[in-house]
This record gives sequence, C-alpha cells and structure tokens, in this order.
Amino acid sequence: MKIHLPGFLLPRPSLRFIHIWRRNRLVWTKLAIPSMLGNLADPMLYMLGLGYGLGAMLPHVVGMPYIAFLAAGTVCSSTMMSASFESMYSSFSRMHVQHTWDAILNAPVMLDDVVAGEAVWAASKAFLSGAAVLIVATALGLVASPLALWVLPVVFITGLAFAGLGLIMTSLSPSYDFFMYYFTLAITPMMLASGVFFPLSQLPAWLQAAAQALPLTHAVALVRPLMTGSVPQSAGVHVLVLVSYALASCYVALALARRRLLK
Amino acid sequence: MRHLRVANLRKSYDAMEVVAGLDLEIEAGVCFGLLGPNGAGKTTTLRLCLGLSEPDSGEIAILGFAVPEHAREARARIGVVPQVDNLDPDFSVRENLLVYGSYFGLRQRDIEARIPDLLEFAGLTSREHARIQTLSGGMKRRLTLARALVNDPQLMFLDEPSTGLDPQARHLIWERLRKLTSEGRTIVLTTHFMDEAERLCHRVAIIDHGRKIAEGTPRELITQYIEPQVVEVYGDGAEAWAETYGRSASERCEKTGETFFCYTRDADAIVHALDRESNVRYLHRPANLEDVFLKLTGRELRD
Repeated sequence: MKIHLPGFLLPRPSLRFIHIWRRNRLVWTKLAIPSMLGNLADPMLYMLGLGYGLGAMLPHVVGMPYIAFLAAGTVCSSTMMSASFESMYSSFSRMHVQHTWDAILNAPVMLDDVVAGEAVWAASKAFLSGAAVLIVATALGLVASPLALWVLPVVFITGLAFAGLGLIMTSLSPSYDFFMYYFTLAITPMMLASGVFFPLSQLPAWLQAAAQALPLTHAVALVRPLMTGSVPQSAGVHVLVLVSYALASCYVALALARRRLLK
Repeated sequence: MRHLRVANLRKSYDAMEVVAGLDLEIEAGVCFGLLGPNGAGKTTTLRLCLGLSEPDSGEIAILGFAVPEHAREARARIGVVPQVDNLDPDFSVRENLLVYGSYFGLRQRDIEARIPDLLEFAGLTSREHARIQTLSGGMKRRLTLARALVNDPQLMFLDEPSTGLDPQARHLIWERLRKLTSEGRTIVLTTHFMDEAERLCHRVAIIDHGRKIAEGTPRELITQYIEPQVVEVYGDGAEAWAETYGRSASERCEKTGETFFCYTRDADAIVHALDRESNVRYLHRPANLEDVFLKLTGRELRD
C-alpha cells in the first residue's frame, strides 16, 4: 500500500511569498488610518483606563507603577490580538470567501508561498500594533532605556507565532463563527494566564506551570524587563519557545491548508 | 507540437474515481473543448493539469513540463479563467491586472505597458478605475479573461467561461476567444453549452465518469453518431403522435422532458405528417453537438 501524506511534506516557501505580502499591504494602505485606529484604540483604552484608574488604587506591582507593568503586557496582548484577527478573519476571507488564494494559485505561486505570505503579513501588522503601543508607552515615559528597542524583534516573532496559530484555525474553519471558539477557549484564557494584567506569581502553582506552555507568557517575560530597563532572565529559553511556536504553527497551518485546498 | 498531453490519468476521492484513466493530446493553436455532464471530471482534470491536485497515477505534460513536478514553470505560461469569479474585490479593475501580474513575477512597468491592450480587449477601457463590485457579470468575465492574459500565455484553461452570462455577453466572449485562437494560443475550454463548443472548438472530447467516450471535430462527431436531421416535437398531442407515428417513421426517437426528438436521414415525411396535426408543435433542424452529447452521456438528470 502506498503511504501518502503529501500535506506533511516539508514546506518549500520561496521569495515569491513577497507578492502575497505586497498584495495585502496594498489593500491595507487604502484603509491604513481606520485600520490603525481600530488596532490601537482598544488596547490603549484598556492600558490607560486600567493602568491609571486601577493603578491609582494599587501600590507598586513587582517594583513598578501598575501602568508601566500593564504597558509591557499590552504590547504583547495587542500583538497577539492583531496577528490573530488578521490571520483568521482576514485570511479566511481571502482563502474561503473571496477565493483570492485560488486566483493566486493559478499563477506560478505555490500554496507554501501563499501561507508564508499570509503569516508574514499578519506578523507585520502585529508588529505595527505592538510597536505603536511601545511608542505610546515611550511617550508616556513608561520605557526605561534603549534596551526597549529589543522589544521590536520579540514583537515580530510573537506576531508570527500567533499568525501561525491563527492560520491553523483558518485552515480548519468552516465559517467565521468557528473563530469564536479559539478566542474564547484559547486567546482569552491566555491573556489572563500569561502575566499581561498581573504577575504570574498570583496564580496557583499548577496554573503557573501550565502557563509556561503558552507563547504569550514567554513574550511577556521578554518584553517587560526590556521595557523597564533590565536584561530578561533566561532570554534564550523564551526566544526559543517563541521561535519554535512560530515555525511549528506555520508548518502545521501549511499542512492543513494543503489538505484543504490541494485535494 | 503538443501543448498538453495527459496519459492514463487517475484521481479518486474516497471511493469515488473522478478521473478514471483519461488520455488527452492537444496540439498547439487548437481550441479544444472538454465536454461532459456535471461531475464528469472536467474541473478535476483542469486542477490536475495545473498541479493543484496530485494524481493517483498517470502522466501530465503541459508545454513540455511534467506536472505536478514542474507545475510552477508550467503555470507561468498558462492563463486560467476559473469557474468561480475570484477577481480581487479589494481592488479596482486596473489594480486587479497589476496585482495579478505581480504574482507572475512581472515588473510593474511591464504590466503597466500591457494594461491598455488588456483593457481594450476586455472592453473596459472606460472602467479602468472602477471598483469590481460595480461591474456587471459580463464585465467581470471579460476582466477575468483579460487578467488571464496578463502573462501572455501560450495555453489557456477556461472553465465554463460563459456560464451565467446573457446572450450579448456570451457573443462578446466568443468573439474574444476566437481572437485568442487566431493569435495562435491554445485554448482548453470546459462547457456544457454545446452550441458554444460547436462554434468555438476545433476539436472536442466528451468525457463522462472520468473517461473519454468520444473525440473529434464537432462535425466528425455529429456525422459519426447522429442521423443528419432532427425533428423536435412537443405540445399536448406530442406523446400520442410519437407513439402512433413518430417512433416508426424515424430511425430513432428519444424523449427528454416532454419533448420527443426524432432522428432521421430524411425528415420530409415526418414534417408533412406533423403539418397535418393541430395539437403539436415542432422544430425541424440539422443535428448538432448537443444531440451527440445526449446520445453518449444519456438523457437522465445529473446532479
């Protein structure tokens, strides 16, 4: 019997992914202002509202004002949200509703390139979101030193990890409604268990251990010290987890997309 | 030179063999019709030829490139008009051409130089900056056709290019397709409009259940399979007329829906008889490709 798993052949993306990235950027430039506002308004409101409102009632959190603590968390959570929305709702529209991927696949572009282009594009949008929060935090005096520039690559890798996870959902999804499960069962709990709003040490021990498996935990563990002026502990481990998430999720997303589209 | 060669191609989905040992050879510059009822395997065959689906067995060579191994090289020289409209709704007419050209790795300058010709071909010169949503069905089809030409392809796959269009729009599409073949491009066309195939195609293959059941020029197939004259009889008295007279007076008499098709070498007697009937209406015409199609693929409904 012939064993046949073409979906899981190693990815062979090429530089042609840039054409897909450029296409998405061209659409985005038409809507850049409202899109950026939408991306920024929500995290900013939470950051400022909770940071100053709730923060006024709190003593320092792990040695810093709550608003500074929250700003680092918001950089990561808004990166996650932006990558997730783009790689699910927007990519799903292009793949399933508008048949844009089908059109592209009639050109000399492979599905590997399309998925890579979508993932890198979602990571790029996430990068803008995370960077925008970082800029606002800097303007508010919440960033301690130029060490914070290292946040930018972390934000990109985090974006790529969540783009890959989102594309997995997209490749499995029968409709837009499906994404609600992912948001309710994965994104929201992750946001609460990864140290975005409060330190991990507030969680019961078992949940702290489980949180180590979440990519957002590692993003926060890198970004918070970088923004408050210290070198993160075990930085190599955190980077390795994020990079692994990014590569593995993009690979699985591609395998599932092949199974769905190249039947 | 052969632009497309498919040998013993097979593809199954679950237990269903959709393409079941198909052989095709298409010469350069030919407009070739791939005809078959719904589910005959036409679209799957096109997907296999584009390398979008991996065959279970068999060989495919497109413009000399083995597919799926060299699908990328083959696709660079192919233009595709898909069955489902997939123009990019986020872009204008012009942007659709520009962005689509970029997928072929063409330089923006080179695509821009081609755009006036492509727009003229599509009859959309005045709509260059229109949004896709404002175009009619016929305009969208023409734009899709122009988009498929952006890479100046040697070979084109058109999957039901005129489905859903009004007669004016269909005639315009046909005129454009004839122009493309006169330019020497090879066209592979799937359709279930037999008049379209008869008008446009130099050669046609009829496929059913994933197999080729006939191939030739439209004229060859008609003379090979069908009596030259057809009288279609319908109306309240058609059934009674057919049973008492029509069946015996014609070589072959078939019923589709409520119409009787009487096939014959000489229709004079039948037409005379029908002229004396008050309760039937009839149409006397030469045999066409649709008669061949119905004879070979059967008259029952396909879903």
